[in-house]
Amino acid sequence: MIEQVDLSQVNWARAQFALTAMYHWIFVPLTLGLAFLLAFFESIYVKTGNEEWKRLTKFWMTLFGINFAIGVATGIILEFQFGTNWSNYSWMVGDIFGAPLAIEGIFAFFLEATFFAVMFFGWDRVSRKFHLFSTWMVAIGSSLSALWILVANAWMQSPVGMAFNPDTARFEMQNFWEVLLSPVAISKFTHTTSSGFLLASLFVVGISCWYLLKGRHQLMAKRSIVVASVFGFLAASYVGLTGDESAYLVAQNQPMKLAAMEGLYDGEVNAGVVAMGVVNSEKRPGDEQKDFIFAVKVPMALALLANREFGSFVPGINDLVFGNEEQGIVSVGSRMERGQQAIAYLAAYKEAEDNNNEAASQAALQQFNIYKDDMGYGHLAKPSDAVPPVATTFYAFHIMVALGSLFPLVFLLALYFLHRGNLEKQRPFLVVGVLCVPLGYIAQQCGWVVAEVGRQPWTIQGMLPVHVANTNLTTGTVQTTFFIFLGLFTMLLIAEIKIMCKQIQIGPEEK
Amino acid sequence: MIGNLDYSTLQQIWWLIVSVVGSLFVFLLFVQGGQSMLFTLAHNEEEKSLMINSLGRKWEMTFTTLVLFGGALFAAFPKFYATSFGGAYWVWMLILFTFIIQAVSYEYRKKPDNFLGSWAYEFFLFINGTVGVLLIGVVVGTFFSGAAFALNEYNQVTWQNSIRGLEAATNMFNLAFGLFLIFLGRTLAGMYLLNNIDHGALNARSRRSVLINFLWTLPFLFFVLISLVTMEGFAVNPETMEVFMEKGKYLNNLLAMPLLLVFLLTGLGLVIYGVVVTCFKGSEKGIWFAGLGTVLTALAIFLTAGYNNTAFYPSYADLQSSLTIYNASSSKYTLTVMTYVALGIPFVLAYVAYVWRLMDSKKLTAKELTEGENSHEMY
Repeated sequence: MIEQVDLSQVNWARAQFALTAMYHWIFVPLTLGLAFLLAFFESIYVKTGNEEWKRLTKFWMTLFGINFAIGVATGIILEFQFGTNWSNYSWMVGDIFGAPLAIEGIFAFFLEATFFAVMFFGWDRVSRKFHLFSTWMVAIGSSLSALWILVANAWMQSPVGMAFNPDTARFEMQNFWEVLLSPVAISKFTHTTSSGFLLASLFVVGISCWYLLKGRHQLMAKRSIVVASVFGFLAASYVGLTGDESAYLVAQNQPMKLAAMEGLYDGEVNAGVVAMGVVNSEKRPGDEQKDFIFAVKVPMALALLANREFGSFVPGINDLVFGNEEQGIVSVGSRMERGQQAIAYLAAYKEAEDNNNEAASQAALQQFNIYKDDMGYGHLAKPSDAVPPVATTFYAFHIMVALGSLFPLVFLLALYFLHRGNLEKQRPFLVVGVLCVPLGYIAQQCGWVVAEVGRQPWTIQGMLPVHVANTNLTTGTVQTTFFIFLGLFTMLLIAEIKIMCKQIQIGPEEK
Repeated sequence: MIGNLDYSTLQQIWWLIVSVVGSLFVFLLFVQGGQSMLFTLAHNEEEKSLMINSLGRKWEMTFTTLVLFGGALFAAFPKFYATSFGGAYWVWMLILFTFIIQAVSYEYRKKPDNFLGSWAYEFFLFINGTVGVLLIGVVVGTFFSGAAFALNEYNQVTWQNSIRGLEAATNMFNLAFGLFLIFLGRTLAGMYLLNNIDHGALNARSRRSVLINFLWTLPFLFFVLISLVTMEGFAVNPETMEVFMEKGKYLNNLLAMPLLLVFLLTGLGLVIYGVVVTCFKGSEKGIWFAGLGTVLTALAIFLTAGYNNTAFYPSYADLQSSLTIYNASSSKYTLTVMTYVALGIPFVLAYVAYVWRLMDSKKLTAKELTEGENSHEMY
């Protein structure tokens, strides 16, 4: 099925996807959350008729527009890149994966595109109420868009509602509702969108803190902080809850990812959660080296996180690679053998079909069906290939969690100081507020690193490794487009940041 | 009801849906047409700003329609998605680059401290309006002239040309198709701007540009149409699914499906009518006739490519690898689900049309750019 795979080409294609996805994700979470904050601000304006709230809405809307444009620019490439760089993936699972993408186009993108224009240019062209309605539609549209693309991503992490069709040699959808309502899809959607709400709240609070530090636009800043802190605190709490759910689902569906997130090599009944630690980067599955150079653990907690049951067994990387009979875990090596059988029987089936040999094809199909669940493993070269980069996954996970625990406190303190009426005097806190903006972005990126690096080598968990999913391009071709994207997106990012900073410096329109 | 449709009906419905989305996209290319005229139609900064702000309220529609066109093809005809995007890598990448730079340009052009300067963003819009549209036309041309791919038994694509899709731009038919699209977009843009902006000098020039650009479309249009009805086409034997070359295939398709011939002729007639009332009758409504005409014409062309036992994405390198709406489609289950989803499309079209009317009921004026409630947000 795959004769010669140029691994460096695959890695360049992965790098390109990572690059474009990470750039895209700089802008999307802000869009998701700021759209709702705008809707809140404008609702207050329409309710009170106070022009100050309208000025405030318009100010944040300007920043929203700057961010939105580059989000769109970086987004188009993600959709088409499935085809350009992952064409085998597109064929193998397009029957399932294409649907949510098309639905996103029909129901979400048009909502955003239509009402975006009203939001920006409709102030004196449509009624006040219709304008407010449009702002809400943009907010709902952007979250709907997130829903569908996250359903698609969740399906890659936990493929459900489908079956392999040996005649077409691809996976086909069997149950749309299972795809849409899979627990992983729901958890991914809620965790990711609420993290976007959180980031946007940090953004609004951070910039407002800066105004307070400078002694400018104080009333507007404080009003913005009230709304954003309430929204941010609720969002941050929800991010925590859904994060716990995410970790639980990862443990159930992608135990290898969970083991990497925790740097756990040897599974235990009473494994602790690592509160902080330094991973031994020399450590390989099965060797005698220490897994951590230094680690502080919360004892017993991992079983609770992973299985919601004290004293339950959490498999480590070694258990998953080499198998653990006691716990009923099959080794990667034997799954590889089964997978190779599946691939061979599929080829035999195809050949028999081509030769119209009914008996042989049925026999091959029967054998194929025995082994087909492990077909993806048949493409791996060695058992340790099933292990994702442990250090990257571990650090990204722990940074995300640490930052995620910090943010609710920031919102609470902001509300507390506002209540006391002395927020503008809390200079150290205001500085922290400003610093939380870049920290929020770091947490966002870390989250996706955990999700995507942590599931390597799979494009689709357990079914399709990345090196089978890609397009047969030359390394040079992919390198070239990688560097074009790098240059182009970096240039646009610099432009975006400069424009954004300038607009913040200018501040809201004066009366 | 949808659940009872048979597989081939679903496949035909989805080719129709994809074709409708594609045809609407061709109409919406007036945005790109306008971008390509930024440096010539506008004689001063005020006029340029009017053009950009008028187009700037529509660019996302065009962009979104392109994305939906891709998404619909992915969901309904994944083999096309895999084969064409992965195979004709460079031509698609170049198209995407021109759309990436378009997406920021409206918003960033006039903003202070924009790093590259206004001129760069205007140039980005120009590139998208010319190179981008040309290449899209070239790709659509390959629906008839064929592409250089072969598929193995696992449907993995091998492209037979090292410039990965760019070779299509050396084919006269494809090139003529692309150039036709550019001038059609510019013709439509003239009519749209006339309809959307209130500015004496710019309006007069828009009106003149309609005629000039329309005359430019003619040689390419004739070349494309004559080639189309005389060329050998990629036909499919419905019994064996074998692909073979048939003389005058596309003419045969139009004759076998007279409705498409009616669409084509009515469409072209409406475009001409739109141009005539704009240039000689002083009308500002030409865009609606020409717009509808464009949709009908494009629809006839897309449907000719896919219906009546025709390979819609043929391979001249390996005839039997050619894609038809039957061998490239999703499973019956997925097409059924997606057909239920597609019931929402009229609703989407309705609110898009409603908001469009609401927003365009007053023409854009120079005064609004500097004084109105929205002046702060102007591009």
